[in-house]
Amino acid sequence: MHETFYEVMRRQGITRRSFLKYCSLAAGALGLSPAYAPQIAQAMETKPRIPVLWLHGLECTCCSESFIRSAHPLAKDVILSMISLDYDDTIMAAAGHQAEAIIEETIQKYDGNFILAVEGNAPLDEDGMYCIIGGKPFVDQLRHVAEHCKAIISWGSCASWGCVQAARPNPTRATPTHKVPGLADKPIIKVPGCPPISEVMTAVITYMLTFEKLPELDNQGRPKMFYSQRIHDKCYRRPHFDAGQFVERFDDEGARRGYCLYKVGCKGPTTYNACSTVRWNGGLSFPIQAGHPCIGCSEDGFWDKGGFYERLTDIKGFGVEASADQIGMKAAAIVGGAVAIHAGVSVVKRITQKGDDA
Amino acid sequence: MAILQTPNGFTLDNSGKRVVVDPVTRIEGHMRCEVNVDQNNIIRNAVSTGTMWRGLEVILKGRDPRDAWAFVQRICGVCTGTHALTSVRAVEDALNIDIPENANSIRNIMQLSLQVHDHIVHFYHLHALDWVNPVNALKADPKATSELQQSVSPSHPKSSPGYFRDVQTRIRKFVESGQLGPFKNGYWTNPAYLLPPEADLMAVTHYLEALDFQKEIMTVRTIFGGKDTHPNWLVGGVPCAINMDGDMAAGAPINMERLNYVRSITERALVFCKNVYLPDVLAIGGFYKGWLYGGGLSSQAVLAYGDIPDRANDYSASNLMMPQGAIINGKLDEVHEVDVRDPEQIQEFVPHSWYKYSDDRAGLHPWDGVTEANYELGPNLVGTRTNIQQIDESARYSWIKAPRWRGHAMEVGPLARYIVGYAQGHEYFTDQINSLLRSLDVPVEALFSTLGRTAARGLEAVWAAEQQLYFLDKLVATIKAGDSSTANTTYFDPATWPKDVKGVGFTEAPRGALGHWIKIKDTRIDNYQCVVPTTWNGSPRDNEGNIGPFEASLMNTFMEVPEEPVEILRTLHSFDPCLACSTHVMSEDGEELADVKVR
Repeated sequence: MHETFYEVMRRQGITRRSFLKYCSLAAGALGLSPAYAPQIAQAMETKPRIPVLWLHGLECTCCSESFIRSAHPLAKDVILSMISLDYDDTIMAAAGHQAEAIIEETIQKYDGNFILAVEGNAPLDEDGMYCIIGGKPFVDQLRHVAEHCKAIISWGSCASWGCVQAARPNPTRATPTHKVPGLADKPIIKVPGCPPISEVMTAVITYMLTFEKLPELDNQGRPKMFYSQRIHDKCYRRPHFDAGQFVERFDDEGARRGYCLYKVGCKGPTTYNACSTVRWNGGLSFPIQAGHPCIGCSEDGFWDKGGFYERLTDIKGFGVEASADQIGMKAAAIVGGAVAIHAGVSVVKRITQKGDDA
Repeated sequence: MAILQTPNGFTLDNSGKRVVVDPVTRIEGHMRCEVNVDQNNIIRNAVSTGTMWRGLEVILKGRDPRDAWAFVQRICGVCTGTHALTSVRAVEDALNIDIPENANSIRNIMQLSLQVHDHIVHFYHLHALDWVNPVNALKADPKATSELQQSVSPSHPKSSPGYFRDVQTRIRKFVESGQLGPFKNGYWTNPAYLLPPEADLMAVTHYLEALDFQKEIMTVRTIFGGKDTHPNWLVGGVPCAINMDGDMAAGAPINMERLNYVRSITERALVFCKNVYLPDVLAIGGFYKGWLYGGGLSSQAVLAYGDIPDRANDYSASNLMMPQGAIINGKLDEVHEVDVRDPEQIQEFVPHSWYKYSDDRAGLHPWDGVTEANYELGPNLVGTRTNIQQIDESARYSWIKAPRWRGHAMEVGPLARYIVGYAQGHEYFTDQINSLLRSLDVPVEALFSTLGRTAARGLEAVWAAEQQLYFLDKLVATIKAGDSSTANTTYFDPATWPKDVKGVGFTEAPRGALGHWIKIKDTRIDNYQCVVPTTWNGSPRDNEGNIGPFEASLMNTFMEVPEEPVEILRTLHSFDPCLACSTHVMSEDGEELADVKVR
């Protein structure tokens, strides 16, 4: 007697005709041919809600906060009608023993058929006791649940890369999901960002529910649909970069005209994310639009790659570059190539790994 | 121990049945709580443990002070931004940087929007299920619910019987699916829940309305800061340049369209606070006004640093729109001045924390703070070091330090701010409190309770939304007068900095008084220390045996069913604990890096 997504839409006064139209639009939005629309419709009409156990390690809860800001779909509809969020210690009613019991119940009932969502990461030092859940190390809980899940979503830069607590010198040996020793071999979808974009989070979930498969991932484990282009590739300020019009200081005339932020430290040229395309909070804005350089928060180790206001001095332009080869994104390389000709510069190296002198 | 008398007035008796709650859910971060109840199910001993630690200050050592805001903002994504604001203030204090008036207005708008958002999300999504029973809402009569809605808030348009029937149908389908999601294993048969079904249905409906609406409130910060969670900030001002009528204003961060967007959202947020949030607090409070547990230290010792400078660059108490002051020994007629620079006032202790000092009895001011992780458990531990069944509070038992103000354990947060404001005779706050007490028909003493804490948050959300409009008007007026500046970059280049400086920044985070202390040497961070609200509220015991606010507030509370910690959750949640904030605190200088114990 579950309520399907279709029923939710009908209940909200949406006609079947509109629903089918929505499905074909959804197919288009996901870059699929209209032939997929019936498949989307079928999925939304019949799917029971898949259980999700959302675990929290060392983190700041920014991923959860981002998730609840999703404009489409609304977090409310994801939670009530799409997934069964059976464990998430940030919002669950139960605590203590009653909360922990849910994990065992879910494993018993849905062994191999639930999603493990991880926010934050596990510290390995001090026998894992820098993060304690139920009197035991968080890493034990993570390993246990991973053993029984179908697939893992690593939310945000903590679970994907390590993020701020793993920045040098990583005092607790905070370790991203895929590097946890002894973790069961399950598919891991990394959705990096600090936090990830709200609508990217809900899109990753709805994609999996709709198509009953994992999104296509790049060789670093990120969904290609959102992480295959650099911020710079689709930045609305890109014409100013190409024209050599830069913000030289904050609040100068260039800043007031929306010139390129490259010279005040923008990491858009080396950051793979959907900020300049999907944008944030319902498509309202993104950091560069609000006048601040991109700090590269979806990139591995971004905290240790130099100051946020330091120019990417090792980057001489935007050509067919090492990182694009490494990531294997042909499209990005082609776009970059065109720019290299335009900008009249040669080869780009990846931003220095040296970091600041901490 | 059997019975202990604490200097701050509590009798602790750990001889009764021990009840363990781990994890404490619906908070930010990770926390454990243990209590002993006597044969009448009354809590006679309470122990709160912070169960996570990240060491951010160690990570900050040696970095560019202009970057610090981004690191410390990641202390907490729930009170996102407040650490960043505190950080840029600390750096500006150290480097003597004045910010433009517009930057002050924009920062205040961002900080106030956080108060509004955080309080709403806290009340509905973290706290409500301690008072509201969604399963009981299925029994409600939608028509009677509609009447209740119209009586508590005549201006709220979503009040028809059909509306409530639809929501009820949706909840019924959800419950009947057998997949209860976040409501699974809740304490829905516990007699501690007192609302009639109609009030439950109204509150659950607003749980959903608030979940939809909260995302709008924060778009203010997306406009000024580019994204939310974790918007962007800038030492010297704000990064969003203003261009109202010039070339290319359309592509500028702030133009007429953007300001209109901010105004529209802010006005709607104020309406939501006035028509939904505060009326719900009063309606629910009315059914629980006989349940006045949880006062803890609020009637004795409260602390507020103050925040929201009216004019830029003046952080003195008289220019702060949120009150500053300390009350100790229950003397409401005497509000002490607070100086965050004074080494005698704020000190942190560690005898019951998983850290050690060279002299464990010492209290250290944050500028001279030291932290060395030292995870060790007491002799009376039940379990092992990686499987704690019962903690030993006579030894070290938390990743939180114990900050004290002139030796006193202090409560911080919205209630503390309102008590200080009330004691100082602040007209707006006093009017709000008196009106609240009249509506609920309770005496002023009722403020010192779990419910008082929850109510203060609701009052403050209304206040904050109104002040947001005040600063928006001020921003427009300043621009109109010809000043569009948003950043002072005179000292942005590190080459212009003195060799060796220190600074302090403070704010009132949604959860209470927050301070960051920084030392800058040769253009790099030499030391960075944060003392955060949940460090104050969740502090373990100190040298003298004083218990902190969490522990104090649980004392002498009656539990209906000790195995079901509804009352514990209710009171702990009333503080809005933020554990990722409280437990990151770490390290003074380079040497300690090597001293972090790695076993």
